[in-house]
Amino acid sequence: MASVTSNPRVAAPLAPHAATSGTIRIEPPSGWFELRLEELWEYRELLYFFVWRDVKIRYKQTAIGILWVVIQPLLTMLVASLFFGRLAKLPSQGLPYPVFCFAALVPWTYFSAALLSATSVMVDNQRVITKVYFPRLILPFSAVLSGLVDLAIGLVVLLIFAFAFGIRPTVTVLLVPLFILLAVLTALGVGLWLSALNALYRDVKYVTPFLVQFWTLASPVYYSSNMVPERYRWIYGLNPMAGVIDGFRWALTGTGHPPSSSLFASTTMVLLLVLGGLVFFNRMEGSIADRV
Amino acid sequence: MSAVAIQVSGISKRYRRGMAATSGLLRDSLALAFRSPLRLLRRERTENFWALNDVSLEVCEGEVLGLIGRNGSGKTTLLKILSRITRPTAGWAEVHGRVGSLLEVGTGFHPELTGRENTYLSGAILGMGKQEITRKFDEIVSFAELEKFIDTPVKHYSSGMYVRLAFAIAAHLEPEILLVDEVLAVGDIKFQKKCLGKMGDVARAGRTIILVSHQLNQIRRLCQRAVWVDGGLVRQIGPTPEVVSAYESAMSSPDRTSGRGASSRSQKARFLSWRIQNSYIDSTHRLESVGPVSFSFQLEVHSPIRFAHHGIALFDSERRLMWAQSSDDILFDPGIHELTYSFPFLPLCPRSYNWQLSLWDDSGNVDLWEALPELIVAAPNYQHAKDEWNGMLNLPTSLSITSKG
Repeated sequence: MASVTSNPRVAAPLAPHAATSGTIRIEPPSGWFELRLEELWEYRELLYFFVWRDVKIRYKQTAIGILWVVIQPLLTMLVASLFFGRLAKLPSQGLPYPVFCFAALVPWTYFSAALLSATSVMVDNQRVITKVYFPRLILPFSAVLSGLVDLAIGLVVLLIFAFAFGIRPTVTVLLVPLFILLAVLTALGVGLWLSALNALYRDVKYVTPFLVQFWTLASPVYYSSNMVPERYRWIYGLNPMAGVIDGFRWALTGTGHPPSSSLFASTTMVLLLVLGGLVFFNRMEGSIADRV
Repeated sequence: MSAVAIQVSGISKRYRRGMAATSGLLRDSLALAFRSPLRLLRRERTENFWALNDVSLEVCEGEVLGLIGRNGSGKTTLLKILSRITRPTAGWAEVHGRVGSLLEVGTGFHPELTGRENTYLSGAILGMGKQEITRKFDEIVSFAELEKFIDTPVKHYSSGMYVRLAFAIAAHLEPEILLVDEVLAVGDIKFQKKCLGKMGDVARAGRTIILVSHQLNQIRRLCQRAVWVDGGLVRQIGPTPEVVSAYESAMSSPDRTSGRGASSRSQKARFLSWRIQNSYIDSTHRLESVGPVSFSFQLEVHSPIRFAHHGIALFDSERRLMWAQSSDDILFDPGIHELTYSFPFLPLCPRSYNWQLSLWDDSGNVDLWEALPELIVAAPNYQHAKDEWNGMLNLPTSLSITSKG
């Protein structure tokens, strides 16, 4: 009988994502960075299920479901067009202001929603965290990834919208996924910090909406980044979302800034955020089940 | 001698008291830092609480090990460390094989999702792959007897249906090592037996199981060896019958510490034990109907007590009083007395309850006993299929309608 159970072939095919049949050593947290990305890969199906759950529940709980995804940025765009476009007459890089604004709101709405859900993801999943093991890193990842469905819908609406304004996408549209990736990484980098911090201090969930508000103003959502004086442009570029939004707008409409040195600054910044976030989250991971 | 599946060596776990409860707000931490800045530096001195203290044990491959001990003795902490939910403070453990843990019924269930969706979600969270769930799906659904409702959101399920689905998923886990915490204590008796049977199959298939339970009969039936954990320490480890009976006698012996304040100790008399009368041996503390039933309580009297006042109370697990009674002017001579309470019916909902017994004389309290073990009610549920319409009384009823032309 022992030979049957010790045969890894009996259990292994049943468990494509769970820990392998090897030996697991359980020790106190060493305090050193012990990132296990290969474990994250083993649990990729669970990541998929968390994303799937979030998406399903979001659309099940609301009466008009998917329409919300569209209505929110559309209304914001309408109001912004009225005040910033018509009344304040902000320049919009030669684009109709509604298109200019909506092209920024689509990635921005994704980003702000991802930050908010990453902030609360550890607390929202407290019951599962305290009852079963999986790499906790999956949770902020799932919070950031589940917003992509909304983003895709928003993107389709944006394309139709731009088309209605007579804007035809050029070959640069192929670069859109690149900027989406940058937005995802930015959300992940900041989300890792916020999710771990919120597990320690519940105050963080009150801070995040403020953070998002300030960040909107520090990003070229309603105004063009041309308005930022040239000599401060590089500081401005340290805000990764500035690079994302400018790049996104440029890639979709073919007008405005092509990505420049500020994009390089943005990308560097994002990578630092993600790395720092991984280290910080990892330090917290060991005690999260005791804290939430 | 088969190979070692789990080796635990000197595992300790420290919790800072109130860590989970008060660390919620940054404000609190800041306030603490302002009030007593030095205290942050002397953190080690603040209240620490060792949930486990230098625990070592070995579990062999294919063995079913029972963990027993009072609430708060550290059993669940040990399971949480072995399933990697929390990390130990000191010591190490090695686990050889894939681990599945069942610390809760319906882990990961979401009320808005259907039974089908929850099966996939919960299965994935408990460690099954998508293909594995798809392959076992029909088996799980028929085991849960939920074919008709599998596409209904679980928020519309009755508690029974919910538990059945949760168990069915859990019962189809096939890890090499299974860690189970007390989850078998709920659900209706017929389905519990089915699950126990399935677990027995799993054990016979050579899987390693660690089972935490307060139901000692369950431990006796399923486990070869048992570990008695007390105050974070391993008190005894060995063959199940020995450990369980040592535990039982400690629970009913005079130097038991639970539920009896030092002030209430008295040499005159003490309650020893309780049981359901006329029940077959297997279920002396488990009630499987709504009555009639008789409970008997053993009282040992050392010196005569005149004008005794005796009280009895039954609480549910949330400490709500279910029933209480008292009697005055009783005369107890030295010796063992059996106090029997007979109920023509006792319509309790299926869950666990605790007896509290007291004895007073004219000079004060003689004994106050929080009876152990608890009373497990496993009667059929006669109430509404929906949880929110389940009340305190578990009464069988019949409806008849007479209509007049």
